[in-house]
Amino acid sequence: MSIETIWVLAEVADGKPITTSLELITQARSLAGTVEAVAWGPGTADVAGTLGEHGVTTVHDVGDIGDALPGVPVASAVAAAVAAGKGPDAILFPATYDGRDIAGRLSAKLDRPVLTNVVGLSADDGGLVSQHAIFGGTQVVTARFTGEGPGIFVVRAKSFAAEPSGGAAAAVVPLAVDDTGATNTAVVVARHVEERSGPKLDEADVVVSGGRGLGEKDSYAMIEELAGLLKGAPGASRAIVDAGWVPYAYQVGQTGKTVKPTVYLACGISGATQHLVGMKNAKNIIAINKDQDAPIFTVADLGIVGDVHKVVPKLIEALKARG
Amino acid sequence: MNVVVCVKQIPDPAAPAALDPGTHNLVRSGKLILDDSDAYGVEMALQLADAAGGGEVTLVSMAPNGETSGLRTALAMGAAKAILVSDDSLAGSDALSTAKVLAAAIRRAEPDLVIAATESTDGYTGTTPVQVAELLGLPSVTFAKKVEVDGQTVKVERQTEAGYDEVTSPLPAVVTVTAGVVEPRYPSFKGIMAAKSKPVDTLTAADLGLDGSQVGAGGARQQIISVVEAEARSAGEVVVDEGDAHERVIQFLEQLKIL
Ligand SMILES: Cc1cc2nc3c(=O)[nH]c(=O)nc-3n(C[C@H](O)[C@H](O)[C@H](O)COP(=O)(O)OP(=O)(O)OC[C@H]3O[C@@H](n4cnc5c(N)ncnc54)[C@H](O)[C@@H]3O)c2cc1C
Ligand SMILES: Cc1cc2nc3c(=O)[nH]c(=O)nc-3n(C[C@H](O)[C@H](O)[C@H](O)COP(=O)(O)OP(=O)(O)OC[C@H]3O[C@@H](n4cnc5c(N)ncnc54)[C@H](O)[C@@H]3O)c2cc1C
Repeated sequence: MSIETIWVLAEVADGKPITTSLELITQARSLAGTVEAVAWGPGTADVAGTLGEHGVTTVHDVGDIGDALPGVPVASAVAAAVAAGKGPDAILFPATYDGRDIAGRLSAKLDRPVLTNVVGLSADDGGLVSQHAIFGGTQVVTARFTGEGPGIFVVRAKSFAAEPSGGAAAAVVPLAVDDTGATNTAVVVARHVEERSGPKLDEADVVVSGGRGLGEKDSYAMIEELAGLLKGAPGASRAIVDAGWVPYAYQVGQTGKTVKPTVYLACGISGATQHLVGMKNAKNIIAINKDQDAPIFTVADLGIVGDVHKVVPKLIEALKARG
Repeated sequence: MNVVVCVKQIPDPAAPAALDPGTHNLVRSGKLILDDSDAYGVEMALQLADAAGGGEVTLVSMAPNGETSGLRTALAMGAAKAILVSDDSLAGSDALSTAKVLAAAIRRAEPDLVIAATESTDGYTGTTPVQVAELLGLPSVTFAKKVEVDGQTVKVERQTEAGYDEVTSPLPAVVTVTAGVVEPRYPSFKGIMAAKSKPVDTLTAADLGLDGSQVGAGGARQQIISVVEAEARSAGEVVVDEGDAHERVIQFLEQLKIL
């Protein structure tokens, strides 16, 4: 199977393609002669410029899907194109909520497997070879598809760097939704945005995360204060998200955000593999934990064995004193 | 209301996981336990059946060697019965093959609602439930942090990048739940005793009308080329706080020009 055309799912948020989609488009340029995108929503024409700049020549636009969840309509549109012989050799999906839904639906529609948790992609003998982070990123599996049809890959954020190549705006062509039967009946009746200030968690230069070691919800305020003083973003382990201390959007790790800041400061976080997989590619890691055997220390450049309730307030005070 | 919960039985995550060097399949030879991620689904199903004023919770699992330990845990929590698909031909199944097996088994239970976890602890492909939904021709809502059933409608709070969406879907539907959706109960002694005699229907792939070209290693159309240890990050300097460790942190941040 030689790779001529790759499609990338271009998810749009706040009027822009998400960074992970741009990362995948950038990598696809080095793997295939033609890179095209699949997008949905009312504003595809507005992102054709940015997509083109990153190397996309054509955007297949599913159009406005109204209040439907994207999984079914977008997968059905792509499946119809594949059935009509107009599909690509491979389709790359960002590992987002909607990306996973669309990839799963598409896989079942096309009867093609899906390779997930992809962190690397290269071309080999005319086919695509993928790297997967497994067991919380402690081992790397290299895999490839056998058999016909487009390869479906779900790729983790920050596996590649996004770089524009200076192309012209992509052409926008419609991609029609096929019959979806009873599958497309879930509807979004309300959308809730949990406001947060400061830089975005997955783009911030400094991330300060708190875990169960904070002891109680109120202690999270010092994580936010410290993050603010360092012009960074506050993050969290799953334990305190599940406990309802902070919204899910703060979660770092396998099921949360992948972050790669200059500094990651983990406060009262044990360092479970599912947490590490989301942050261990930070350039520098500082950990504060009272247990000197906590696994987080195995990845920390600077480990402080101490109580977060003592170290963090002093750190905040010292930073404030510097003005 | 009848609810099916997909429950995966997995090697104890506390023990280090390993892939068989020959087949590259996950070693599943030891005793398997209920995936903690599925305890939330079981609890959710029990609560929904209760709230609906009755109905049964049926477990569906695919696992090697007729394994039932994990199922017994979920039965002890209160599920009524289980369907286990166990067959040597299923070894090496990928997520889509697994979905075909689960979908065929779920069909037998004719549920109003199917619940699964958003991702398993060992494989964490995270696509199996949506593949099941597509194979069954059902709508799906993933990443639920709250689930309610009102007549023939399921109402879900679905996590999103920005916050959450309120989503409704007609039943039957497939819903995947996150940890934190409800607090799973501990099985009571009475529950554990009762679980021993609850029915577990054990089926083969052939019983479900699936053959080897569709499922198991025969159905998997992906190949593992190699498995290597990831580049390990090494531990750096460790300072025991004597009341002044914050100064070392400041120094470190200065070196990095963050300050
Ligand atoms: C399928 C799956 C997906 C998952 N995805 C994620 C994910 O995306 N992100 C994630 O984070 N987790 C994830 N997890 C959960 C993960 O396994 C851990 O349970 C979680 O990361 C633990 O959070 P924690 O470190 O805050 O809590 P704990 O493990 O309880 O650690 C608390 C730490 O705080 C320390 N401590 C206690 N008191 C103090 C004090 N006063 N001062 C200093 N230190 C103190 C303790 O020594 C301990 O090391 C996932 C799990 C599964 C099964
Ligand atoms: C390290 C590793 C990496 C893998 N990578 C891939 C890959 O890239 N692509 C691929 O197709 N396969 C992959 N597999 C195989 C895949 O894990 C298995 O096919 C598995 O049977 C289903 O996938 P999952 O556990 O990842 O499911 P997920 O989709 O993560 O499971 C979500 C939920 O579905 C339900 N469920 C899943 N399996 C069962 C079951 N057997 N019985 C009952 N309920 C179940 C549970 O509620 C579960 O929490 C991988 C396996 C391993 C061990």
